[in-house]
Amino acid sequence: MKIIVTDMDGKSHELPAEEDWSVMEIIRDHGIPILAQCGGSCACATCHVYVDAAWQDKLPEANEEEIGMLDGAFDVQKNSRLACQIVFNSSLDGLTLTLAPGSV
Amino acid sequence: MEKHHTDVIIVGAGPVGLFAVFELGLYDMKAHLVDILDKPGGQCAELYPEKPIYDIPAIPVCTGAELVARLMEQIKPFHPTFHLGQMAEKLEKTPEGKWQLTTDAGTVLEAPVVVIAAGGGSFMPKKPPLKNIEAFEGQSVFYAVRKRENFRGKNIVVAGGGDSALDWALNLQPLAGRITLLHRRDDFRAAPDSVGKMREMVAEKKMDLVIAQLLDVKGDGGQLSSLVVKPEGAEAYDVACDTLLAFYGLTMKLGPVANFGLNLHENLIPVNTADFESSEARIFAIGDINAYPGKLKLILSGFHEAALMAKKAFAYVYPDRKYRFQYTTSSSDLQNKLGLEKAA
Repeated sequence: MKIIVTDMDGKSHELPAEEDWSVMEIIRDHGIPILAQCGGSCACATCHVYVDAAWQDKLPEANEEEIGMLDGAFDVQKNSRLACQIVFNSSLDGLTLTLAPGSV
Repeated sequence: MEKHHTDVIIVGAGPVGLFAVFELGLYDMKAHLVDILDKPGGQCAELYPEKPIYDIPAIPVCTGAELVARLMEQIKPFHPTFHLGQMAEKLEKTPEGKWQLTTDAGTVLEAPVVVIAAGGGSFMPKKPPLKNIEAFEGQSVFYAVRKRENFRGKNIVVAGGGDSALDWALNLQPLAGRITLLHRRDDFRAAPDSVGKMREMVAEKKMDLVIAQLLDVKGDGGQLSSLVVKPEGAEAYDVACDTLLAFYGLTMKLGPVANFGLNLHENLIPVNTADFESSEARIFAIGDINAYPGKLKLILSGFHEAALMAKKAFAYVYPDRKYRFQYTTSSSDLQNKLGLEKAA
């Protein structure tokens, strides 16, 4: 299983993904720069990503805390999410996303 | 200029810096702490005061704020001195071989030992990632209010949806020429009372509310003339203003510690694991800011590092005294230092 991540330089990375890991952890584990300052506790907005349109509806919706935390991000779009709040599972095999401003 | 002499200067008043006060205090070393936040606690206080922590030994659960409160109580007997709201800016060696640390507020601290417990770095305001915004900073774009009076008569846009944004929008409204609150959604994470007051002022047309995101800043020679903002699903447009106050929260940056003359590896301070001393003698690094083989960024790692650091620091602060390893359970000497009655 994998996720596909485009970094801030526009380079695409195909990353093997572990089930039950957050997408932030998967990105960090492969050494792709991502700030994720609070370590995954939905407290900082420095793991802001844009989820590919094709995947947007397949993710569980963001909760109020995540939506609130996005107030501290920039250029927030409809497909903005915090990578630490997306838990990877087999239904997300191939999940495609792009690192957003403020995440590196 | 305010100058203090002490035994140990601790840069960073997060949980690890606070516990270092305890370990140093048991061995008669006094500490001064410097932190850029206006409160002790570091990330525990700033990022997750309400969130639970489950991996502090013997405390099954406590919030970030509770952990800080407990540490503050634990170090009380040692009367640490805090220099809060100040950034440790410059570190120099004195002719006598001590360290002199100067903060951005002009406080000067001198001690034989420095402990860097700066975690992920200094908390600094998040800046909108706009190419040309730097040209306006300090003249017409601000991330904090230093002198309220400087904002008199200004046509101000306050950006953000949290307490800082709401508090300053309300606070500056009486003296501003015009005040506009800019937030990406019509929902605010600020105190309900502030949100209520803001809504009233907007209804009475004493304040403007723009629900949109900041796209660009326009102006000349550092002077802002307008902001480009874009509401969701609509075209971008200009909002005329002469001042922007942006409150998007804080982010951690290593800051001036990078210029302290220490070896750095990926913005972390390599240390040895016997005493957590850095590449420079008498400068230690403990907690999230250090790096060594096998490091885990856990609060409990920092506590352990503080204890070993204190043992080595003792040799520097009291070169003529012998280090006597003792337990607080049985040592009346340590219990006296903790302000307790002599053990039976």
